[in-house]
Amino acid sequence: MIDIALPSLGPDMESGTLLEWRIAPGQKISKGTIIAVVDTEKAAIDVESWNDGEVAELLAKPGQVLAVGTVIARLAAPAGEMPSASAPAAIAAKTPAPIIAAPAPAAPIAATATAATLSPATATPIRASPAARARAQTLGIDLARIRGPGSTAVIALQDVENFASTLAAKEKPDAAASNRQQGLRQAIATAMARSNREVPHYYLWDEIDVSALTQWVRDYNAAQPVTARLLPAAVLLCAVARAAAEFKDMNGTFDAGQYHPSDGVHLGVAIALRGGGLIAPALRDAHSLQPAATMTRLSDLVRRARSGGLRSSEVTGQTITVTNLGDDGSLGLLGVIYPPQVALLGVGRITMRPRVVDGIVAARDCVTLSLAADHRVSDGRRGALFLARIATLLQQPEAL
Amino acid sequence: MSNNMPDGKLLAEVIDVLAGIAPEIRDSVLDPDAPLRDQLELDSMDHVHFTVDLHERFGVDIPESDYRAMHCLRELAAYIGARRSR
Repeated sequence: MIDIALPSLGPDMESGTLLEWRIAPGQKISKGTIIAVVDTEKAAIDVESWNDGEVAELLAKPGQVLAVGTVIARLAAPAGEMPSASAPAAIAAKTPAPIIAAPAPAAPIAATATAATLSPATATPIRASPAARARAQTLGIDLARIRGPGSTAVIALQDVENFASTLAAKEKPDAAASNRQQGLRQAIATAMARSNREVPHYYLWDEIDVSALTQWVRDYNAAQPVTARLLPAAVLLCAVARAAAEFKDMNGTFDAGQYHPSDGVHLGVAIALRGGGLIAPALRDAHSLQPAATMTRLSDLVRRARSGGLRSSEVTGQTITVTNLGDDGSLGLLGVIYPPQVALLGVGRITMRPRVVDGIVAARDCVTLSLAADHRVSDGRRGALFLARIATLLQQPEAL
Repeated sequence: MSNNMPDGKLLAEVIDVLAGIAPEIRDSVLDPDAPLRDQLELDSMDHVHFTVDLHERFGVDIPESDYRAMHCLRELAAYIGARRSR
């Protein structure tokens, strides 16, 4: 058996509310399968499984508030991966008679699970008490929604009531939005106060000529359908990710008095939410993406950040964050690092400014890039080299 | 596709697409003749999503050189009406 515990979905998360299960007993799942939706102070997050296996039991109910680390479900590991199961099988293979006996009990279970996943309605008739059926009918709730696919448990009246109250909670947008705003503000305040208290920041900034970038994006977009066009921001993120992969002292986390550089760049992207507040989910492995792929992933990430559907792997594990003020933003910013990260890259508004090029003043597209970095890990000299590296990469956007 | 669709109906459809990106406009009244950027906060990614969603709904691909047509809702609806009837 593998215990599935409620994961921490952010550095300061202590508890979360289970909104709904996306799995049911008997279902086979693999690493990355979304198992549940959990509400945190910041957002409703799709929690992914870290393991392969078959769901044995669910130990929490929608609506319950759970502490981080609480065991919420149990998985039976896939037979091949359990030492106790695989060892006898290997031995049995040499002695014909017992082999057939050994796997036999497993076969019907597997068959039921598969059938249930494909066609829940026909494979497993829904069993419910008469009172539960009557109440569900009154409320207009489909019994199949109360018990997920594959379950054979009998639905009781209380199950129907619980499901109805969960639905009601989800459908009170005004109250929920107001709570969300308060929770979000509190979460931001906690993280930023911790940062200002614990992280000895230093700041650097530089004005970069990005005319090559803006021209390249214009030319690129002219030949692309609307669905494939780039924003300069995507190219900027790409350059930051490449540079961060080279600067180990900018890309990592500082935990329990020690710095842990990261091999991959999981680029946090600060996304303003409609109605206020922001969230900075990760573009995972951003260093391996080209501009077009970065744009696709960024577009998807922003949509999900604003309308729901962020995954647990995206709200944890960021190794450096970029905050981009955009077209309507200010010229630049001095950022606050998200603990436990050690650097934050700020991107101001791209504007046309006078620059001296080859001894002549010319109108060029410029952007102010700023760096807030952690003195426990690096110094200004390294920070300056990091900014310079990003600037160099931006001069050849076609090479990214 | 018809080019006889009443202006008001097309305008309402454009607003419906926009509401997919900025749900708060469902509770407010937008002035179709005033600049969009004065009435709601749309960042560059919202703008990208708006053009992609308009393309999905109406089959009209607005090139970057025509983005000024997205200045206000009535102009945008007229632009889409003209382009999709071609």
